[in-house]
Amino acid sequence: MEKVVVIGGGIAGIQASLDLADRGFEVHLVERSPSIGGHMAQLDKTFPTNDCSMCILSPKMIMCADHANIKLHTYSEVQAVTGDFPRFRVAIREKARFVDVKRCTGCGDCIAKCPVKVPWEFEEGLAQRKAIYLPFPQAVPRKVTIDGERCRMIQSKKCGVCKKVCQAGAIDYDQKDSVVEVEAAAIVVATGFELMDATVMSQYGLGACKDVVTSLQLERILSASGPTGGHLARPSDHREPRKLAFVQCVGSRDAHSHGYCSSVCCMYATKESILAREHAPGLETAIFYMDMRATGKGFQEFVSRARQNYGVRYIRSRPAKVQSTADGTGALVNYETSGLTGESVTEEFDMLVLCPALIPPKGAKELSALLGVALDEDGFIDTPDISRPVDTSRKGVLACGFASGPIDIPDSVSQASAAAARAAELIEGGAK
Amino acid sequence: MARVGVFICHCGHNIASTVNVEEVVEFAKGLPGVAYAGHNLYSCSEEGLGSIKRSIAENRLDRVVVAACTPRTHEPLFRRACEQAGINKYLFEFVNIREHCSWIHTKEPREATEKAKKLVAMGVAKAALLEPQTEGESAVLPAAVVIGGGVSGLAAAASLVDQGIETHLVEASDRLGGLLAEVTTIGPEGTDARETVRGIVTRLEASPKAHIHLRSRVAEVKGFVGNFEVTVRGCDGDLKVPAGAIVVATGTKELVPTGEYGFGQRPEVVTQLELERRLARGERPRRVVFINCVGSRQPGREYCSRVCCNVTLKNALALAKASPDSRIHVIHRDIMSSGTAAERLYKEASESGVKFLRYGLERVPEVVAGRDGVEVLVYDETLEETVHLGADLVVLAVPMVPPGDSEATAKLLKVPRDKFGFFLEAHVKLRPVEFATDGVFICGSARWPVSARECIWQGMAAAAKASIPIKEGKVVIQAITAEVDPDKCAACGNCVLACPYEAIEVVERDGRRAAKVNEAQCKGCGTCVAACHNDAVSQKGFTSGQLSAMVDALVKAALEVPR
Repeated sequence: MEKVVVIGGGIAGIQASLDLADRGFEVHLVERSPSIGGHMAQLDKTFPTNDCSMCILSPKMIMCADHANIKLHTYSEVQAVTGDFPRFRVAIREKARFVDVKRCTGCGDCIAKCPVKVPWEFEEGLAQRKAIYLPFPQAVPRKVTIDGERCRMIQSKKCGVCKKVCQAGAIDYDQKDSVVEVEAAAIVVATGFELMDATVMSQYGLGACKDVVTSLQLERILSASGPTGGHLARPSDHREPRKLAFVQCVGSRDAHSHGYCSSVCCMYATKESILAREHAPGLETAIFYMDMRATGKGFQEFVSRARQNYGVRYIRSRPAKVQSTADGTGALVNYETSGLTGESVTEEFDMLVLCPALIPPKGAKELSALLGVALDEDGFIDTPDISRPVDTSRKGVLACGFASGPIDIPDSVSQASAAAARAAELIEGGAK
Repeated sequence: MARVGVFICHCGHNIASTVNVEEVVEFAKGLPGVAYAGHNLYSCSEEGLGSIKRSIAENRLDRVVVAACTPRTHEPLFRRACEQAGINKYLFEFVNIREHCSWIHTKEPREATEKAKKLVAMGVAKAALLEPQTEGESAVLPAAVVIGGGVSGLAAAASLVDQGIETHLVEASDRLGGLLAEVTTIGPEGTDARETVRGIVTRLEASPKAHIHLRSRVAEVKGFVGNFEVTVRGCDGDLKVPAGAIVVATGTKELVPTGEYGFGQRPEVVTQLELERRLARGERPRRVVFINCVGSRQPGREYCSRVCCNVTLKNALALAKASPDSRIHVIHRDIMSSGTAAERLYKEASESGVKFLRYGLERVPEVVAGRDGVEVLVYDETLEETVHLGADLVVLAVPMVPPGDSEATAKLLKVPRDKFGFFLEAHVKLRPVEFATDGVFICGSARWPVSARECIWQGMAAAAKASIPIKEGKVVIQAITAEVDPDKCAACGNCVLACPYEAIEVVERDGRRAAKVNEAQCKGCGTCVAACHNDAVSQKGFTSGQLSAMVDALVKAALEVPR
């Protein structure tokens, strides 16, 4: 059975893996965090149907874990790639979890007893996890991981509680990284994106003002499984805001930061404003935007619904400055109203949500060097030939999803299927 | 006596924040036949599924009821868990207490809890009467049919033949390439459109597995996944093509403006496609005004046609660059240049002298006769005044609309369309190139207006999906189908007429006529069961006995449960 390595376990990597596996290839899915799922797992709902994100993603995650043709390498990274199409040799470093995954049942007893608390990545820092943790409740695989950097036992041999409470005998503080080598005919890169650090754009107040949050933080706040149990509460005093605003294009469409459009923010801000209003009846919401890019199926109607049924105010303006109020809460947003007679106004909001540029994830450059593929001028994987939309500069290495440029979920899914088709063409059909 | 296990799901807070899960568990323990009842934080997680499997073994369960979310997404998961624990997966019953209880009755937790109890009682009553079912297998014909020879269909067909699959491409016109063959370049990349079409056509023509049918239409589609018979009607008559899968790539067309801005009266007012033809002839008008969103993003046709902004941008840029004294204006409502390349194109156009003016629906531009050519009067929202623009040519960016025969195509294939006439995929988020009907796939602008690049990857994606059953060589036939009791059947044919899938026919068996269900074609919708006057048709997994037991359980629970 020919093998394909898929790098990245978000929705694009999951879909590419499922199609390839159904097509009869042996898939090695490499994900650097402890669970597959990617950003879609963090979302509360998805636009424009407001489908529960986890509810539609979770079955696909489990199908990946259950598929006879898919081997999951979570908490793993591609370390080296040698050889060429159709004989790549991919070295995958499986990082030490300090947990024997064959024994771990995911019961969570160790988590309850672990004394170390650290900011929780999945909750975007709005809650804390333990040093031994499951990245989120629906994690696949459901195996705990010890964060070696934070674990007292691993750092200074002073603890050992998790080992005492684990009835399955799964804790192994001496576990080392291991490397497995896979000979693969093709490689699919689906490494997705991350949010730009919006604190560098100090005018928007992230970091300085407590009630200025990122859009991904708001997804978690809105999520029933999130840090506030789905109650819309602002960070400073945990009160429900009465007035909420979004700032679009924070660091994107910006000559001083990222020139490109991140493609999904107009729609997710619209979605989040609808959801926030549903969580907090009477909430006033506003979206500061440049162009309202609602180009997908049902998107324009979604925006109209937000405007008409949820009273969302769309303000065409780019805020100049954000400060908190005298008591350190909320956000005073200074912006200019549109038109020639536009004037500078300062409006008070209880909470402000920034929609930062979505950028290539950390390590994208290093990975592209390992793979020998070219990046475009924005740092995404270059797929220049429109007739070969998933082909990179290297034969047999394919790219799909946000890794090759800003794209939404359905387009990531169809592009992932296209990558599966292309891999099959190359491997079986001897296509050029 | 059946041994039923009942598992109530919290779905995190989705259910448990409204429905008192523990109370439902206690209630379930008292129901007849229940050998075990418990609850999970997330029944669909590995831990949840593991606990169900363990409980099946520990409590010797032979029927499983999960009360959780929707069977639409989660039923296969729980069925598989049952199978893995050694019980027939059709001995599983799903009760939806999220959509039906917690989500819809958020503000009435007590009532939601009582309703959940009743639904669980019904599920348990039905589960006790469930019977094991088996799935069949059906062979898949090793060929595919692609309908539409535009760039999406070409990409799908090329991918299929490159995967070694015999493919018939059916195109109504006398040439391949569709709309793309009518344009000069593809935005935002600026790729030569005809070269792109030629490249794919060459690949296709080089393959002995490709069969291109020009001037042909699909006249009839019979059969089901893996076993279609597609009648291709060409000039030389009908050809019956056996196929395992069908890809719909019937594309889109440009809306013909109905007199807006003097279209049809003034020769200076044309659509984007007409501009493309003129550009192809080498014409480079000097003073051009583009008006975007003509007939779209307005009441009646609310959608954004997605591709027009990028087409406007690349043509505006080309014209601006053609001559140093070009005067190119783009009148728009929002510029939809999403992504990297498109946003760069927008920037380049602005920097190359293309002027952008924003109008609103409240005050749309006017085109009037000018001293030389026409004049466009536009109220610019930024300047807050009306600007007069002289123009040799006014280009209307009109939306893409479904082609005239899309309704007929939908009927032929029994697939749905949305309110604008675009085909409706199986799931807008996660199944973008599939129809709900097995073995039939959708790609390109027949689904929604998309760029050439998107058409190509969607064509490839549809090819990936179509290749899966074809390469596997077989498909599973679902177990939940209708069945006819020939002794009760009067051969009246009501069920034949009622069936939307043409899965029933009246045949002669042992000297008497009776209805017969083709199980591979039957979707288990139950319409025939309702249509039968003689109670001769029944649906596996939904028998009259099982449904009556549910009603009895509801009545019993309603009498017992305090209101």
